[in-house]
Amino acid sequence: MAVKTEPVTINLGPQHPSTHGVFRLRVKFDGEVVLDVEPVFGYLHRGTEKLAESRTYVQIVTLTDRLDYTASMSNNLSYVLAVEKLAGIEAPERAQYIRVICAELARISSHLMATGFLLNDLGAFATPLMYCFRERERILDLFEMLCGARITVSYMRPGGVLQDPPDDFWPALTRINDDLPQYFDELESLITGNEIVLARTRDVGTISAEHAINASISGPILRATGVQWDVRRADPYEIYDRLDFDIPIGAVGDTFDRYLVRIQEMRESVKIIRQCIEQTPDGPYRADAPWFIRAPEGDAYAAVEGPKGELGFYMVSDGDISPYRCKIRAPSFINLTALTDMLVGWKMGDLITIFGSLDVVLGEVDR
Amino acid sequence: MHEIQTAGILDFGSLERFFQRVLPDSLDRFAFFIAAFTLAFIVINVMVQTTAVYTWFERRVLGRFQGRLGPNRWGPFGMLQPIADLIKLMTKEDMVPKIADRWSFNLAPIILVFPTLLVVAVIPFGPDSFLGRLNIGILFVLGVTSVNTIAIFMAGWGSANKYAMLGAMRGVAMLVSYEVPMALGVVGVLILSGSLAMSDIVIQQNVPFLIVQPLGFLIFIAAASAEMSRTPFDQIEAESELGSGYNTEYSSMKFGMLFLGEFMAPLVTGMIVTTLFLSGTRGFDPIPGQVWFVGKTFAVVFALLWVRATWPRLRVDQIMAFAWKGLFGMALVNIFLIAVEVAVFQDDAGKISTNSLWIMSAINWAIAIGVIVAVANILGQPNLERPTPVPSPLANMYAEAD
Repeated sequence: MAVKTEPVTINLGPQHPSTHGVFRLRVKFDGEVVLDVEPVFGYLHRGTEKLAESRTYVQIVTLTDRLDYTASMSNNLSYVLAVEKLAGIEAPERAQYIRVICAELARISSHLMATGFLLNDLGAFATPLMYCFRERERILDLFEMLCGARITVSYMRPGGVLQDPPDDFWPALTRINDDLPQYFDELESLITGNEIVLARTRDVGTISAEHAINASISGPILRATGVQWDVRRADPYEIYDRLDFDIPIGAVGDTFDRYLVRIQEMRESVKIIRQCIEQTPDGPYRADAPWFIRAPEGDAYAAVEGPKGELGFYMVSDGDISPYRCKIRAPSFINLTALTDMLVGWKMGDLITIFGSLDVVLGEVDR
Repeated sequence: MHEIQTAGILDFGSLERFFQRVLPDSLDRFAFFIAAFTLAFIVINVMVQTTAVYTWFERRVLGRFQGRLGPNRWGPFGMLQPIADLIKLMTKEDMVPKIADRWSFNLAPIILVFPTLLVVAVIPFGPDSFLGRLNIGILFVLGVTSVNTIAIFMAGWGSANKYAMLGAMRGVAMLVSYEVPMALGVVGVLILSGSLAMSDIVIQQNVPFLIVQPLGFLIFIAAASAEMSRTPFDQIEAESELGSGYNTEYSSMKFGMLFLGEFMAPLVTGMIVTTLFLSGTRGFDPIPGQVWFVGKTFAVVFALLWVRATWPRLRVDQIMAFAWKGLFGMALVNIFLIAVEVAVFQDDAGKISTNSLWIMSAINWAIAIGVIVAVANILGQPNLERPTPVPSPLANMYAEAD
């Protein structure tokens, strides 16, 4: 007897434990199998780009914190680089080192969250997540020492940083940096060899290198497919050309590769921070830039390798104290373009883990 | 038939006899009911309150696993937390979705809780259980716990919610599948002890059956954790996928009942495992049997919690494959093994000496390890090594620009 079946449409989100914010997926299921996915954005839209047009260049720094709130330092960095390019300001060397340290710390904390929430999506009852948060707490403590804020830091300014790090910042940074590799080992011993993790993530949600490049995907998701592309190497900004670090890549481009690439990147970040601690020179922490920057007419684009991918700010100036246009290239948003292709044909449990492995932050998607 | 006859705790027979003595002769026919209600009152109260303690224990232990403190605000070490939870649940609005199937929606919490309570009646806390020596104890347990499946489907169907329905559908498929390896895992115990009565099984365990048949133990505990839907088998709730699964639409005390049933399940499983595999109330002398029993139960529960705190969840098809391709075959191997060994080792009177049990243990451990390795090779991940990453030629930033 043939059983009559019909597909079911289910709304995943905007309120759902695994949507990492307020994301909505309209999914058509055939039993457990995904037939079609339609992502729906915009529940967290705050008009950041429009708001930027009526704020001064320094005020916009606070808006950038709210984009990818797991790595606000990277957003700060990308923005101030664009403004410096636009206004022709050169940051002193000490400031550049401090900013690189901050950006790498932000990368570690963001990747830790990505790993923790991926495991949470896999169904591990919050234990790996809490492990990740334990380490992230210490990094946030460092940010607190720098500027008094932990998440929305607003630490960087066009031409440098807000203030010089306090004296006890450097020993604390060294201590944390030396501890981090042990934490990663601990995390890996819990996750990497786990049979269930392997069964759930290997060869799941694979995308090819061609597909990833065509969809303009960047960051760990692109590198997991085997493409060696990292803005820090391809188009060095700040002082990255003086540092020695590797670009880890994956072999297959599946969920497990994305996880592995993130873990390896965190280890590279530790290496970068160690070199920065040794090399940071004395000197001014901020260039002599005015509070009200009047950028000359023109446009500039600056991109950094954020934790999620290439994070760029395109600024257009008409000579006023606020930009004429501020366009944000948000990696989370662009990485979602291949979502439908990744999800179709997989089961519901895979849908959640694939989406989790993309490490999407909705503050950045909806801007 | 057995040497231990004096009732250690109150069982149904002694209770009924007591009421028959106390009541005047004309009211003797009520003794049965009074005894039954007294017993039900005791079982329900003991279990509900133990579950309250257990919820505190679970949250506290999970907190420690996760580097947190766990509940520590109300009462010493937060021990009054379950009461706070209860008050919170009772004061919530009891909502029933408009399109819900009211009958099944409202009945499901009750149907989920009562089989778990019924199981407690046959567990021997002392030399006998609450029901006395029920001679089909295990059959009763296996039969009664199956009712859970219906309750979960009723809850999922009745709430007219797609998430709940998905959870319920997964639940039915999974629970029905795992009942088979669970029952087959018990068969080894039955062959060894030669009895279906729980109290007889305890008496037969001169060597705990965990040591005699590790394979049976592992099969049973895996199937049992699937039956109560815990990680790595928590497909019914699957918080990160289905929100809350079959109980999505429940609120107030109806949710409280589901919650109660859910938290009672590990306790009851712990009790059954203790009885079947860890020699129940038996232990060293100065400590009374009841203490041994509770201690062993909580040890099992702790092990289950450990698994829950550590492992991720399997996917639906992987769970079904594990039941039918892995556990089912292993259970058959276990039954065959035990049957052959019993045939070889038992003496003319049908008894197996303690020495023989130790020899059987040695053989079984070796075979268990072999079988598990074989199944892991067939079903498990083929190789843990990754292929060496090769940089893609498509976009290589190290390549020289022409």
